[in-house]
Amino acid sequence: MNANPEMMAAGTASPRNGIVMDCQLEKVFYGDFLAVRDSKVPIEKNKITGFIGPSGCGKSTVLRSLNRMNDLIPIFRFQGKVSYHGQDIYDKKVDPVVVRRYIGMVFQQPNPFAMSIYDNVAFGLRLNGFKGNLDERVEKALQGAACWNEVKDKLKNSGLSLSGGQQQRLCIARAIATEPDVLLMDEPCSALDPIATRRVEELMIELKEKYTIALVTHNMQQAMRVADTTAFFGVDISQGSRTGYLVEMGPTRKIFEEPEQQLTRQYVRGEFS
Amino acid sequence: MSVPDLTLESSIRNLEPTSSRMPSLHRAPLEIRALKSGFLTALTWIGAILASVPLFSVIYMLLVEGGSRLNWETLTALPPSAFDLGGGFGNAIVGTVVMVGIATLVSVPIGILAAVYLAILDPDSKLAHTVRFLAKVLTGFPSILAGVFVYAVMVVTMKTYSALAGGVALAVLMLPTVVLAAEQAMAMVPKKMKDAAYGMGCTRTQVIWKVVLPTGAPGILTGVMLAIAGAAGNSAPLLFTALFSDYYLRSLTEPTASLAILIFNFSGMPYENQIQLAWAASLVLVLIVLVFNILARIIGRQKY
Repeated sequence: MNANPEMMAAGTASPRNGIVMDCQLEKVFYGDFLAVRDSKVPIEKNKITGFIGPSGCGKSTVLRSLNRMNDLIPIFRFQGKVSYHGQDIYDKKVDPVVVRRYIGMVFQQPNPFAMSIYDNVAFGLRLNGFKGNLDERVEKALQGAACWNEVKDKLKNSGLSLSGGQQQRLCIARAIATEPDVLLMDEPCSALDPIATRRVEELMIELKEKYTIALVTHNMQQAMRVADTTAFFGVDISQGSRTGYLVEMGPTRKIFEEPEQQLTRQYVRGEFS
Repeated sequence: MSVPDLTLESSIRNLEPTSSRMPSLHRAPLEIRALKSGFLTALTWIGAILASVPLFSVIYMLLVEGGSRLNWETLTALPPSAFDLGGGFGNAIVGTVVMVGIATLVSVPIGILAAVYLAILDPDSKLAHTVRFLAKVLTGFPSILAGVFVYAVMVVTMKTYSALAGGVALAVLMLPTVVLAAEQAMAMVPKKMKDAAYGMGCTRTQVIWKVVLPTGAPGILTGVMLAIAGAAGNSAPLLFTALFSDYYLRSLTEPTASLAILIFNFSGMPYENQIQLAWAASLVLVLIVLVFNILARIIGRQKY
């Protein structure tokens, strides 16, 4: 595989940037079920933070705690703090709807709205009462998501008429149109073929120039290719149920080449999954 | 080499290894299995043709008997009295349109609001289960009882038959169709689309307004159109509520003519003129229902 030089650069240790979001999760429950415990995950500015780990380790739960998406599940309960620009987003005074306007999200399944491509991208702008030049912002977002050339002649077509990979880039365009501070990506490539995956990965590396990205991935190679920092989550089954927790977090190269924890080493070597 | 028997009667395959012998894989058209298949296929064809005979024969009769009387006079004039010639049923067309309009105005907003509750706000609550069950029961509700009910509630209290009462009686019949179709359409909006909207920072109200209703709109409109088509042709609920009138509608609180009741009245009369008008009115009614069915199909086409 021809390695993109930019991609090679990913994963090398680079100077620490400021922390945009500091997740200090103590306990997350779904009803009585303790899903995740004791995970401190700082998200650095203009970097890609990858979350890896076996199924059920809570990496998606942690990601979705960062923009309070989990609040849509009635039995969800979060203990701890997620500080975002000095404010705890779980503070009682905070409105989760407002949090989600600053922290964008890209989902596992491409999920454009049943509207035109243009309206999909303009959705967030209109939602926030944008008064400026809508056309310009839509074009900018589509260019930012590397799909302007493919869709510029069919902006009136349905967003659902695009291929899976194009749909996912449209969803990324929709998310970045409102210039969010942080972009949460929950296995954004798991429904895509290898070529589309490659394009989205290249896009992520371009996007980190402007945004801060947290990425959940099931694919260790993907974490190696794009993540600057990697957080490895494990599953603790000692208490009789399955509880996820952060095992180790550090520069991606360190996690994959010389991890401190035995469990991390076994996982990145593919000894369990 | 033993050739395996591939008829249905011995559908249990000979499990001896096939490598030693070549099974025959040819068709045998005269075998029992093939004959049975042909016979049953023919039966389904006959069933399908029989099912469409009533519809086509009714349309044929309407065109032959009613088509000849269909002209500007019949569409605009007032109904004739017993021995008159000519005349028409303009007032009945107006009455039907007005009462179906009232029924739509009453049933669609209530129906869609109820559907939002059932599909999104609290789909698993006790109230939702009860409402859903009652709506299903109400779809099979005898339409004459809707008329009797509204007679008791509105005609008796207002002391007059009226277009309003007729419209409300039709609304009672339309409501369950609208509720169930709209609920279905909204429940079909994929969860991932709603998640996307929440992820953009939509409130629940915004998710409903901006994503669920627009995405479900074609399905909702189809349900509304079908309910309208059903209401337009219903006569029983109007018998006790709108009654009939020989004049054009002047007020919503007086007895009102409708196509369905006109057909009911005229078709039983011993006068050739009235019987011809009943045929023509039936044709107009079927055309109205047809137009709404076609509209339902056009609007129901997914835009995106």
